[in-house]
Amino acid sequence: MTHASTTTPMATSQSTSKPASSPKRRTPWASRAWSGLVVGLMTFFLINVALMIASVATNSMATRWLGTWLPSGWTLSWYGAAWQEFQLGDVLLVTLEVVLSVVVLSILIGVPAAYTLARREFRGKKLLTGLFLLPLMIPPITYGIPLATLMYELHLAGTLPGVIIANLLPALPFVILVMTPFIEQIDPNLESAAKVFGARTFAMFRHVLMPLLAPGILAASLLVLVRTIAMFELTFMTAGSDTQTLVVALYYSVFAAGVRASQSIDAMAMVYMVVTLIWLLIAMRFVSPTQLVSRVKEQPQH
Amino acid sequence: MMQMSSQTAGSRWRDPAMWMAAPAVIFMLTVFVYPFIHGLILSFQPLEGGMLSNYIKFFNTENLWMTIGVTLKLALPATLINILIAVPVAYRLRHKTPYQKIATTILVIPITLGTVLIAEGMLTYFGPKGWFAHILQLLHVYEGAIRLTHNYAGVLISLVISGFPFAFLLILSYITGIDPVLPRAAATLGATPFNQFRYVILPLILPGLAMAFCLSFVQAFSVFPSAVLLGSPAGATRVISIAAYEAAFENYDYSMASAVAMIMGAVQLGVVVIVLGLRNLFYRGPVSGGKG
Repeated sequence: MTHASTTTPMATSQSTSKPASSPKRRTPWASRAWSGLVVGLMTFFLINVALMIASVATNSMATRWLGTWLPSGWTLSWYGAAWQEFQLGDVLLVTLEVVLSVVVLSILIGVPAAYTLARREFRGKKLLTGLFLLPLMIPPITYGIPLATLMYELHLAGTLPGVIIANLLPALPFVILVMTPFIEQIDPNLESAAKVFGARTFAMFRHVLMPLLAPGILAASLLVLVRTIAMFELTFMTAGSDTQTLVVALYYSVFAAGVRASQSIDAMAMVYMVVTLIWLLIAMRFVSPTQLVSRVKEQPQH
Repeated sequence: MMQMSSQTAGSRWRDPAMWMAAPAVIFMLTVFVYPFIHGLILSFQPLEGGMLSNYIKFFNTENLWMTIGVTLKLALPATLINILIAVPVAYRLRHKTPYQKIATTILVIPITLGTVLIAEGMLTYFGPKGWFAHILQLLHVYEGAIRLTHNYAGVLISLVISGFPFAFLLILSYITGIDPVLPRAAATLGATPFNQFRYVILPLILPGLAMAFCLSFVQAFSVFPSAVLLGSPAGATRVISIAAYEAAFENYDYSMASAVAMIMGAVQLGVVVIVLGLRNLFYRGPVSGGKG
């Protein structure tokens, strides 16, 4: 152990052997090349994604587009056609019902559970945490197929409650995962103080914890919302013909592509993207993306 | 903590906070654990043959057992690419600036596309007559026929597009969770930016990287819509979820479908266990460098 102080980490030995300014003189060339590479790579990625979206948008407004730079004519009629053809009104209504129910239920059930995990130590806590983490760690199809099988036996498959329950399965653990660290960082003394002043558990929740938790709950619900809109596998396996959400309806329309004009499929894809994008942008206004896993420490304290 | 451990078992049952987890636990038991056990038992009750015949059939039928390799060959590279690109990008964007917020938002937008739109977009854009082919020909980069759809490459690209934002978000939140004092301390001792990353940041985010790898891998491993729409579902991209889906909803053999689902879960968990095991070989400690 006595050697430990002499065999110093490289950072220290470097600073002792060379003047402190030497690394600074050495960095610009390599680090500029490196950050140029990173920025360049990301730009390439984003340009291609943007062009990909643009080609879907272009096709959705094209009269005919076969292998040329731009389509031969422009029209917005495909949006009307898609609305009629895929009964988008009904599909959007179902999507709204499913997503809102999942958000509300996952918050109502998940936040109290996150509170228990954040504030109490008990035997079997690791097991319980594992149980809540497991659905996020295995593919939705693995638990979706047994769940769908059971739902068919119980005649729940194809119904709205069935779709909601299936979508709640990954949403609930997600809320618990996001909310537990959020609750942990709230000072427990606030709760003790409320108790000292005679607040019952419910009143303490209502007047002390809820206002503090509101930003976290908002963040969690928006993230669950975006995830649920995009949740394909579980809805696909449990939905019936009149309980399809937007993403499943979209899949079917592409899958049966020979039957339908690609422009109306693309029009629907654009509707899907805009719906999700609006919610994501709202979410990003309220949630710093860096808060997803851990609390951010923007400023050093000293 | 002290006060908690000194409580007796009896008072714990009267603690309302302990009951607050009850609805979530009941939900998980009825909707997750029970169907899972039901499916596990069902997989040992095949339509014909002995208890294990579903599993025997899976590992003896080429277009079934092949799917494991096909899926891993897609999911592992896709996850590795996503993580390896996300780390330097997230590291660059670790400081809170207006630029960070805008760049992050733009990088996260592909999350909203959804696998189906990506598939549809790629068919149009990367297709033989799409803009990508047009641009390459215009720049005289590559004159031959472009084959990026209906094959392995198509599915891999779509997995990178759909998986990157998620991996990036996770890693960004791990990197920004590190106390900025630590790399600054290394800098005052003369560490170059690369060495700050190599010796300070990297060891601290390795546990997070393992977690991000697992969560990204789950998404890539369950690839379904893009493998059907963008790949060649009969050949190079016949992933295991296609096999499971066919058994359940085309052959209505729920017993076989459950068996495939269980195998899928087992392979997935195997990868997770390996990755988390590797993680434990590395440093585990507080990311923020102590409380405060």
